[in-house]
Amino acid sequence: MNYTILAYETEDAYAARTDPARQQAYVAGWMAYSQVLREAGIMVTGAGLQAPETATTIKLRDGQPQVQDGPYADSKEQLGGFYIINVPDLDTALSWAARSPAAVAGGVVEVRPNIPM
Amino acid sequence: MSDEDTRRVVEMAARHSYGRLVVFLAARSRDLTAAEDALADAFASALENWPRNGIPAKPEAWLLAVARNRLSDAMRRARVRTAAIPTLLAIAEEAHDMADAAPSFPDERLKLLFICAHPAIDRAAHTPLMLQTLLGLDAVRIGSAFLVQPAAMGQRLARAKRKIRDAGIEFEVPAAEDLPQRLYAVIEAIYAAYGSGWDDIAGDHPRSRGLGPEAMELCHLLLRFMPDEPEVRGLLALMLYCESRHNARRDAAGNYIPLMEQDTTLWSHPMIEEAEELLRSAAPYRRVGRFQLEAAIQSVHAQRKRTGSIDWEEIALLYEGLIAQAPTIGAMVGRAAAIAEARGPALGLKLLESIPGTAVKSYQPYWAVAAHLLTSLGRGDEARSAYDRAIGLCDVPAMREFLQRRRHALLQ
Repeated sequence: MNYTILAYETEDAYAARTDPARQQAYVAGWMAYSQVLREAGIMVTGAGLQAPETATTIKLRDGQPQVQDGPYADSKEQLGGFYIINVPDLDTALSWAARSPAAVAGGVVEVRPNIPM
Repeated sequence: MSDEDTRRVVEMAARHSYGRLVVFLAARSRDLTAAEDALADAFASALENWPRNGIPAKPEAWLLAVARNRLSDAMRRARVRTAAIPTLLAIAEEAHDMADAAPSFPDERLKLLFICAHPAIDRAAHTPLMLQTLLGLDAVRIGSAFLVQPAAMGQRLARAKRKIRDAGIEFEVPAAEDLPQRLYAVIEAIYAAYGSGWDDIAGDHPRSRGLGPEAMELCHLLLRFMPDEPEVRGLLALMLYCESRHNARRDAAGNYIPLMEQDTTLWSHPMIEEAEELLRSAAPYRRVGRFQLEAAIQSVHAQRKRTGSIDWEEIALLYEGLIAQAPTIGAMVGRAAAIAEARGPALGLKLLESIPGTAVKSYQPYWAVAAHLLTSLGRGDEARSAYDRAIGLCDVPAMREFLQRRRHALLQ
């Protein structure tokens, strides 16, 4: 079964992305995590997302598009990336989610079963 | 004692009384869920009330008085659809009179320990059942500790309790011929509450996810009932050795300190003494099992406090004994690490790489040990790649930072 791991990162994690002193460790953490998912043979796909300020949202109101700068959710943790993994059950998905750098660094990780398509 | 410690002691007293009552009501009504429901409000009141007003002189009578009132309310309001309520009320009345009159309430929790780890119950439910029925932990707390969705944990628990009721599982201590095997399931379930095990190879022993004290309580309880079982002594000794290092595992800034680099003056001497005594007292039974061996390995580490050195050959030999009993990945990685210390990293690495199976590739300590040995052998690129795997598989923040520091040091 496919599960999507949604990694919500803290402001501090976003700061680490551009901080020369911490950038390397930050990137290495995600690379290592992606690598072990691949090696465990469960990775379907995934992507890291650029920072929330690069986001643009769009919605239709009375048929008129409204385009806005910034991310949809105005929360402290922001979606920083996602993985789709193929594992037998939710317990297994959670044990992998707990290892994601977002979880370890104090962010929040949401796990949802995918709808088969 | 700090306020926090006092609160813990009072809370644990409430949990112990609660457990005694759960098994008393359940053994007589044959319905674990109904017994827990009957006591739920009383237990919640105790957790709120006792830390403020102190533990009552007769804690079980206190809880039963509240439970009895709630049960009669439920009867009066006739909201009750289950036949269990009148039965439970009658049992609670009887129990209350007994608790009020006698100096102490009967303790039949051993029966419940055996029921929770009964072979007819799903293994994944053994430990959660113990934590819930004996100590009154809720499904949210248990689920979080085992990384299981709370709703799913609730269902798992409910299913197990239904099975106990519907299959008519006896509230009895197993007969002598079944005892060794049944006892082993109890011991294993208690250990699973303590931690995922074996992570101490890299120096740490994360108390799974915060249930260390609860596991210790369960083990103390089991030991009180079964003082002549050497493996119970072994398990308690093992946990005590690990607990004794609690203050040495992190520096002031919260950084992870591996076992071999820990300041032994920060280890708890009384806990080590208690563990040593337990292990010594287990030996005359001449039934050495997995937990005595694991405790013995920790005992060798503990000797560093006195001697300043570690007898790695001895540790390797003890791992050999463990592997002979059960060739787990953890024991094999542990042996490789010990051999590396005793006879050099090349031999250790060879042993490590010879561990069969694919599961080992997702086992974090394997990569942490491999990275360490590859570093010693001057194989920097491979060491870096092993560190990456260990980092990617790690879910303990301080340990992960430690591995990242080690990997970073390789760049220089």
